[in-house]
Order: sequence, then C-alpha cells, then structure tokens
Amino acid sequence: MTLNRRQFIRSGAGLAATTLAAPHVYAAGHGGAPRVVVIGGGAGGATAARYINKDAGGAIEVTLVEPSRTYYTCFFSNLYIGGFRTMDSLAHSYGTLAAEGINVVHDYAVDVDRGARTVTLASGATLPYDKLILSPGIDFVDGSVPGWDVTMQNRMPHAYKAGSQTELLKAQIEAMPEGGTFAMVAPPNPYRCPPGPYERISMVAHLLTQTNPTAKILLVDPKEKYSKQGLFEEGWQKHYSGMIERIGPDFGGANVSVDPMAMTVDIDGSVENVDVCNVIPAQKAGVICERAGLTEGNWAPVDGRTMVSRMDADVHILGDASEQGDMPKSGFSANSQAKVAAMAVRAALTDSRMFPAKFSNTCWSLIAPEDGVKVGAAYEATEEKIASTDSFVSQTGEDAALRKATYEESLGWYDGISADIFG
Amino acid sequence: MQTILRHAAAAVLVAVATGPGMADDFGDADEGARVFRKCQACHAVGPDAFSRTGPHLNDLFGRRAGALDGFDYSAGLVRMGNDGLAWDFASLDAYLENPKAFASDTRMNFVGLKDAEDRADVLAFLRQYSDSPANIPGAAPTAAPREVELSDDILALVGDVAYGEYLSSECLTCHQADGGATGIPAITGWPEEDFVVAMHAYKEKIRPHPVMQMMAGRLADDEIAALAAYFGGL
Ligand SMILES: Cc1cc2nc3c(=O)[nH]c(=O)nc-3n(C[C@H](O)[C@H](O)[C@H](O)COP(=O)(O)OP(=O)(O)OC[C@H]3O[C@@H](n4cnc5c(N)ncnc54)[C@H](O)[C@@H]3O)c2cc1C
Repeated sequence: MTLNRRQFIRSGAGLAATTLAAPHVYAAGHGGAPRVVVIGGGAGGATAARYINKDAGGAIEVTLVEPSRTYYTCFFSNLYIGGFRTMDSLAHSYGTLAAEGINVVHDYAVDVDRGARTVTLASGATLPYDKLILSPGIDFVDGSVPGWDVTMQNRMPHAYKAGSQTELLKAQIEAMPEGGTFAMVAPPNPYRCPPGPYERISMVAHLLTQTNPTAKILLVDPKEKYSKQGLFEEGWQKHYSGMIERIGPDFGGANVSVDPMAMTVDIDGSVENVDVCNVIPAQKAGVICERAGLTEGNWAPVDGRTMVSRMDADVHILGDASEQGDMPKSGFSANSQAKVAAMAVRAALTDSRMFPAKFSNTCWSLIAPEDGVKVGAAYEATEEKIASTDSFVSQTGEDAALRKATYEESLGWYDGISADIFG
Repeated sequence: MQTILRHAAAAVLVAVATGPGMADDFGDADEGARVFRKCQACHAVGPDAFSRTGPHLNDLFGRRAGALDGFDYSAGLVRMGNDGLAWDFASLDAYLENPKAFASDTRMNFVGLKDAEDRADVLAFLRQYSDSPANIPGAAPTAAPREVELSDDILALVGDVAYGEYLSSECLTCHQADGGATGIPAITGWPEEDFVVAMHAYKEKIRPHPVMQMMAGRLADDEIAALAAYFGGL
C-alpha cells in the first residue's frame, strides 16, 4: 500500500526523490548492474539490504545471505523470559524483503576472497560482489569462561542469540526447584546490548516472584560498573528486595569458572551449586569477519563516516561486529549504521547523492511490569571514530506514570524498528 | 535538576530578549472573562465546574498536562504530561496561541488566540481559579513564553525532499513510515509548518521529551525543513 502511494508521489511530482532512484550505474566491470552482497540478515544486514534495494530502484542487484528463515530478535527476548512477550511476537521472516526484489539466499557464508571479490557459501556456491556488507553479529570468545564452550550451551545456555536458546533458558527457570538458585555469568566489555544482562536479571526476578518467590539470583560480574546501574539497583530493591545478589570484581566476580556437568560455579575459589546457569561469554565479531581477514583483535575496525572497513574499501561492516567508536552494540545502532552504509554504497555504485552520516541510539529496558527506563545518545563520525555528542538517561525516583509511558514508548519502538528492518 | 536549571536559564534569556510587557505577564482578568466566552462552549471554570467537551479548568495552573482523572485526552497531551509538562503561564500561552502546533493530535478543536493580549487576559482570568499555581511570575516557568519563536527565514525555507528522505531514515527506527502509531506518534502527512514548529520546539527544549530533544537538537534549520517536506508528502 505505502509503496504504491510513494511510487505514485515520486513519479507524479517528479520530486528530487527521482534522482535517488536514477539508474545511472558506474561501470561494474562485468557489464551488468552492480552487485551488493550482504552477509547476515539481522538488525544491520536486513536494514542495509532493504535501503539499498529500495532507494536504488533496481539499479543495484542486492543479495542477502542468511542461514535462518526466521529471525528472532534479541531485543525484547528478555521480555519473553519475563512473560511479557510470546516467542512468536519476536519472529520475523524475509518474505517482504524477497517481495521487494532482494535475492534472499538461505545459506551460510564460509569465506570471502577479497582479491577476487567473491563470497563462498556453505553449499559451495560463490557470489561475486562489487560491494560487500558484513553484519554477522557476534560470536563467543573461546575459553572466556573456563569450563564452558558452545557444546555446553544446552546445560548452561547463553540465550544471547535469540530463539531456541531463549526458550531453553526460560524452561529451565520454570523447572527450578522451589527456593533454587539462578546464576548468571555476565560478560566483560564490550558486548552486545550493554543493559541486556541486567534487564534479563530483572525479568528472571519478575518470573521467579510469580512462580518461585523464595528462589535466589546470583549475578557474577567481571565489571566494576554497568549500564543504567543506578536505575537497575533502585528497581531491584523496590520490586525484588532480597532476591538478587551481585558479585562484582572486588569479590572475585572476574575470576569465575563453571562445571556444566556438576552444575557448579566457582567464584574465586568458592564453589556454588546452582540450578540454572546463564553463561554470557566474552564476545567477538561474527567469525566471517575473521575469515575475511578484516579483524583486529576481536572486532572489525571501520571508518564511521561510511562504516567502510579500515582494511578494504569495498567492504562495509555494520552492527555488533564493527569497532566504530562510542556507539553501543545494539539493534538500534546497527539499524542506524546500516542506513549510513546503504547511502554510501549507493552513492559509490550509482550517481545518487552522498549525505553526512548521522547516528543515534536509544535502549529501553524493562525492570518490572510497566517500569521502563531508557538511555540514549546522538553521535557524529570523525575520521578517527564515531563520537558521542549528546546523551540522556532516565532518572532514579521517576514517578510511575513516566515509567509506564517509557515502557509504552518501547513497545512503539519495537514495532517501528521491526517494520523498518523487515517491512 | 539539570532540566530545571536549563529552563530557568532559558527563561532569563527570553526575558532579556523580549523585554518587559511580554512573556509571563498576566493581563487583565476582567477582560479575560470576556475572552473566555470563546472557550465556554466546551470548558467550564468556577465552583461547580465539571468537565464537559473539554476538561474543567479549576486548578489548571500547576496541573500536569493530560492528567485530569476520567477525561479522555489525546495521546499527545498525555505523553507531554508524562514527560513532565505541568501547565503554567508560558506553556498555556503557547498552547492557546496555536493548539495544533503545540500538541498536534489535541482534541481541542480551536484555532487559537493569536493576540498575545487576549491570551494574557484569559490566563489572568483562569489564574483566579487555581489555588497554588506553580508559575507565579518570578518563579522559573517550565516552558518558554511561546512554544517557539521562529523567524520568517526559517519558516520560508523550502525543504530538500531527497535530503529529507535520507534524514528520515533516522526517524524511522521508531516512527512508522506507513503512519502507524503504537506508543510512538505518527509523523507522516503533517502540515509542514506544524512539523517545523514542533521540531524547533524540541530543539530548543521547550517540548519535554528527551529523545526528541536530542534528535532535534542536532538538526540544522534546513534539515528540519527537509524532513518536514519529506514527511509532509507521505
Ligand atoms: C538479550 C538481549 C537484549 C537486547 N535488547 C536490545 C534492545 O532492547 N535494543 C536494541 O537496540 N538492541 C538490543 N539487543 C542487541 C541487538 O540484538 C544486537 O545489537 C543486534 O541484533 C545487532 O545487529 P547485527 O546486525 O550486528 O547482528 P544480528 O542481529 O545478530 O544479525 C546477524 C545475522 O547474521 C547471520 N550470520 C552470522 N554469520 C553469518 C554468516 N557467516 N553467513 C550468513 N549469515 C550469517 C546470523 O544468522 C544473524 O541472523 C539485545 C541483545 C540481547 C542479546
């Protein structure tokens, strides 16, 4: 519907929008329309694919590589654990993207030959590209929590990629014995969604107050401080008094190992028996970045003005995998970065206009029913990094009406960003 | 705290800029009783007043916007109240001048009082029915005298639609392109001038929402015009 109306406006009014869509294509070497391959159909990748495809009006061939047919958003997956969302409400398909003309390939990229400019898929096929966009999200750093690796993720789930892991974690919490212990091993910086682990603690606490009010929550944290700390601590005191214990680095929270078979957590030499253990390991860029030789340390450095890799002018890297400066690793950030990259890629491949990059982020968290808080910032890109220019955060002591309004706003945000990413 | 200080500072600046005789000067209550006739079809004030088409106006000063129990306000006014807007001279003055520009979805079907003196008079009249107004002259108001003062140059800017389309992508992380509104208001199809006024009101931190203040705060005048032109055409 909307599309038709917009197309009508464009053609009818002959507005400047037509210049965006003008199919003046830069010689692509291979004669056909220039080709963009996007690896990863999450918050960053799906947005980039849609925006390039939409605004190029057929002048660029866009292929999206994503193994899953259904994307479950990590955002709001904690609310699923708390009982505020169904798993179905977090599920998105690629049907709209395909209908819009994006070539959606359900496969896994195993290699990138940057010299030949091709991507190799697990099925063996290769995809040539003129510009490559990588938005593969995160993978876990081996050995960051001794005793844990992905083969143990069913005994000690991470639930930091949403879907079956999230369902498993919730089922384990619901099956806890009365008065049992839920433990979380929180990750070191930087990691996806800075308030995520603490929103999860809130949601687990909410679930337990309903089903198992004498249960305990043990939060083992290697970090001195964390996002929205004052707000979470105030909320935990208010809603879940006495249930949550946080062990920070001064009490050994940075020296932790687990034994998934014995279901124990060793915190600085003292061994705790636990009933559920949510291990959120240290994180790194999705492995394809490493395979493509585009990482430095754990992440893939980019120039924030266009999100182009610092190592290859034909590759843009978005979202959690990128190292860009001050932006947190969030769905909001990935979506915001995707639009800047889409604009830059389009400008490079067609004669569409190039505009200055603008970035922003807001992360909402739910502490208890209708008790929502938010933190956000605006950013500008310099040659050196994406730098924060302005920011705000909810205040402690806000009244219930404001917290409720903030929660309702987060529901609106979820609808807005999902529509923007997946149509 | 910071917000209060900022508003106080803004108020001082405005007072200096506009000089005496404007801003938070209440007018003549008797004259105001006459002006109030325009409002009486919907609003009542006084000992037995109750809400009719519009909310009753007793204890209006200091009342949180959109907060009278049992009255069905527009979502926008309720949101502004939740964001911290409590009615005072300055905010009422801005609202009365152009209700739709102040709260685009307001249910108050009234073109506004364009004459500053009429507004000052009617507010002096209404002020008599509030016990402990939050904003007696001299105290820090919670909003500037007008929703926002815009020069003719700003209002005359013709928006670059293509640039607006690019900039709009940032808005669409929260606001829906098809005009859907769930928890976050729709911004498509607004009259361009209302859009421009609203964005400048956020930019100058007169409208209270922190996310929007930040987003608008970094948009230049031509960028606001570009967005107004683009979204106005959706
Ligand atoms: C519990 C939790 C709560 C969160 N809450 C919020 C929130 O409230 N707000 C917010 O903004 N953010 C939130 N986030 C963060 C957000 O989910 C991520 O930051 C965001 O998804 C990052 O987008 P991305 O595109 O970088 O990666 P992803 O969205 O993870 O997408 C990556 C995609 O790439 C695919 N992929 C990976 N490797 C390959 C390959 N080799 N070939 C093909 N495909 C591949 C994956 O299958 C995946 O679909 C939360 C995260 C968690 C874990």
